[in-house]
Amino acid sequence: MVGENSLYGPLDPAPDAGYPDAPARMGFFTDTSICIGCKACEVACKEWNGVPDHGLDLLGMSFDNTGALTANSWRHVAFIEQPVPAGQQSPLFAGTPTGPSGAPAAAARGARTAIDTGTAPGADPGPHPESAARMAAGPEFLGMPSSGLPGRQPGREGRADMRWLMSSDVCKHCTHAACLDVCPTGALFRTEFGTVVVQQDICNGCGYCIPACPYGVIDQRKEDGRAWKCTLCYDRIGGGLTPACAQACPTQSIQYGPLDELRERAAERVERLQASGESTARLYGHDPNDGVGGDGAFFLLLDEPEVYGLPPDPVVTTRDLPDMWKRAGIAALTMAAAAAVAFFGRSA
Amino acid sequence: MTAGEHSAGDGRAAGREPAGGEPAGGEPVGRESAAEPPVGARFREHQARRGRGSGAGRGGGQPAVPDAEFRSYYGRPILKAPVWRNDIPAYLFSGGLAAGSSMLAAGADLTGRPAMRRAARLASAAAIGASTFFLIHDLGRPKRFHHMLRVAKPTSPMSMGTWILALFGPASALAAVAETAPMLPQRGVFGPARRVLPVAGTAAGYVAAAMAPALATYTAVLIADTAVPSWHEAYPQLPFVFAGSALASASGVGLLAAPLTQSGPARRLAVVGAAMEVAASHRIETGMGLLSEPYTRGRSGRLLRAARRLSVAGAAGAVLGRRSRLVSAVSGAALIAAAALTRFGIFEGGVASAKDPKYTVVPQRQRLERSTAMSPSPPDGDVTESAGR
Repeated sequence: MVGENSLYGPLDPAPDAGYPDAPARMGFFTDTSICIGCKACEVACKEWNGVPDHGLDLLGMSFDNTGALTANSWRHVAFIEQPVPAGQQSPLFAGTPTGPSGAPAAAARGARTAIDTGTAPGADPGPHPESAARMAAGPEFLGMPSSGLPGRQPGREGRADMRWLMSSDVCKHCTHAACLDVCPTGALFRTEFGTVVVQQDICNGCGYCIPACPYGVIDQRKEDGRAWKCTLCYDRIGGGLTPACAQACPTQSIQYGPLDELRERAAERVERLQASGESTARLYGHDPNDGVGGDGAFFLLLDEPEVYGLPPDPVVTTRDLPDMWKRAGIAALTMAAAAAVAFFGRSA
Repeated sequence: MTAGEHSAGDGRAAGREPAGGEPAGGEPVGRESAAEPPVGARFREHQARRGRGSGAGRGGGQPAVPDAEFRSYYGRPILKAPVWRNDIPAYLFSGGLAAGSSMLAAGADLTGRPAMRRAARLASAAAIGASTFFLIHDLGRPKRFHHMLRVAKPTSPMSMGTWILALFGPASALAAVAETAPMLPQRGVFGPARRVLPVAGTAAGYVAAAMAPALATYTAVLIADTAVPSWHEAYPQLPFVFAGSALASASGVGLLAAPLTQSGPARRLAVVGAAMEVAASHRIETGMGLLSEPYTRGRSGRLLRAARRLSVAGAAGAVLGRRSRLVSAVSGAALIAAAALTRFGIFEGGVASAKDPKYTVVPQRQRLERSTAMSPSPPDGDVTESAGR
C-alpha cells in the first residue's frame, strides 16, 4: 500500500505495510540513566538468538569490548568515562599518584584499536582520536592530554570527579526503515508489530541494506555472506513473551511494550530527571516527526547522541528517492537527446 | 555549507562544566611506544591554528573547509561503510559502457555505419555480460542471485536495476549475435537464421537502445539512495556524471573500432559526453562543502583528477585527431579509461565519507543548529528539544 507518508513523515508502519488489523506497535525504551553496564542484554540476546561470539578482545574503550552493533552483536553496551564537577566532595583519585581519570588519553588510544568481529564492515576504528578525546573530556573539550605524569601537570587543584555513561544500543526499528525499502529481494520485511526483520532464507547478501541504514546497525557475516540484525525477538513477542534483552535487564533500563505507552513513560521520566537537576537528560528517537518518522526503539540519553555513537539528526535516505528518480529521468532524457543530436544533428 | 563555525563542545546545550583536566595547549602527544601510529597528528595541526587564531575553530587564513571539532564514540564511524568490493564500481562502469554502446549501435544502424554498429553491439554485449558477472560475484550468496527476481520494488533501485538488466541483457546479446549472420552458411539449417537474424538484431538493438538511458542512470540512484553522506548529498548531479560518462565511454568504442569515415557521430558524442561528465563531477567535487572533501582527497581525489584529465584529453583528441586513425584510437581508449576511473573515484569517495564520523556528525549538527535557530521556541526551553531529535 502506498500512502501519503509512506516514504517520510509520521506513520503507523504496520497498517501501511498491509496489515489491516495490526496489533499495537511494539518497541523498546532504553533509559540509559539507569543502565549499570552489566551487559546481560548482550548475553541474553546471543543466547536466545544463537548469535556467534568472536572470542575475547580488549578494545581499550572503557568496559566496551564489543565495539559496535554488528551482525554478531545485536545489543551493544556503550561505555563513556567523563570528568564532571566534583562539587563539595573530595575529588575522586585526589592525592593519588595517577591523578584524575585519564579518560581522554585512554579514549584516544581506544579509538585506534581494531577488532575482528567476524563481520563486515564490523567495528572499524575511526580516523579521529582527537574526537574520542573530546567525547571523554566531558561536555567541553579540555585539550589533548599530555604525555607527562598527570600529578605534575598544572591545574591539578581543579580535579574533577568522573561519570560513566552507559547505554545499550540496538536496532531502532525505524518507522521509515531504509534497509527494508532498499532490499531488492524482499528479505527484509515489516512485521505486524511494526518491527523490521530479515528473512535469512531469502537474503542473498547483496549488502545494499548496510550503507542504507542511517544508524549503522545492519552488518554482514563474513563466512555466511548474509545480513543480520536485531529481530526484536520476533519469535518471542509473537508468543506474548518479552524480548530476551529486556527480560534479562536487571534495572529495567531496557523496557519493552506498546510504543505509545513507552513514549508516555519516557516523557514523564525525562521530565522528572530534568526537575531533579539532571539537565542533560533528553530523549532520542521518540519523535514521530523526526527524519525517520520516529524509532521503534528509542532512548533517554545524558549527553549528545554522537557521544554514544548515534547520529544527531538521521534522515531516511528514501525521503529523497522520488526526487532522485526524477533527476535520473532528466539525465536519461538528456542522454538520449545527446545521442540523437550526435547522429542526426545538422552537421551530420 | 561550511564546517568552519562549528564547535561541538557545546557547553551551553550540555549544561555541565567540567572542573578540571589538563589545560588546552599542552604538549602534543607523541607517546612513548614507537610502534603506535602517531595519535592526533591532525589535532596538532589544529592546535597550531588555534594558537594563532582568537578562538576555537575561528580565525582567518584557514583552508576552505577547516577541520571541524566534533565528538564521537571513540572516534569510530557511525555508519557502516559499504561492503561492496571492486565488483561494484566495475559494474557501474561496465553497465554504463553497455548502455552507451547500444545507443551508439542503434544510431549507427539507423545511419548506415555497419563497422561502428558491429563494434558497438559487440562491446555492449560483452560489457553487459561482465556487468552481470560483477553483480553476481559481489553477492554474499551468489547462488541466491535469482532471489532478486522475487519482487519488483520501486523503492529499491537495485530491484529496478535487476529488471532493467533482465530486459536489456538479452536484447543486447541478440543484437550482437545478429552480427554473426554473414558468417553463417547460406544453405542448410542455418539458412533461415541467416535471413532472420539481421532483422531480429535490428529490433533487439532498438529495444536495448531504448532501455539504455535507464540502465546508465539508475546506478546513480542506486548509490545515492544510501546513508553514505557524500553519495546521498550528490544525488542531483550523480545521474549526469554517469550519463555523460556512459556516452563518453561508448564514443570511445566507436573511435577505437570504427574507420574514420564512420566515426563522425562518435566524435560529437565524445565531446558532449565528456563535457557532461566533467561538468557534473566538478559540481560534486566543489559544490557540497564539507561533503565534497572526500572526492578531493586520497585515492578518490587521485582517481577523479586522473579521470578529468583523460576525459578532456580524449575529447580534444577526438576532435583534433579526426584525420588520424591512431590519434582517434588513443583518444577512444582515454575516454574509456576516464569513465572507469570516474566510477572508481566516486565509489571510493563515498566509502571514505562513510568511514569517517566527521561527515556524518558535522552536517547533521549544522542542520540541527539551523532548524533550532529558525524555530520560534523560547531560548530556555530548547535544550531537550534540539538535542532529543
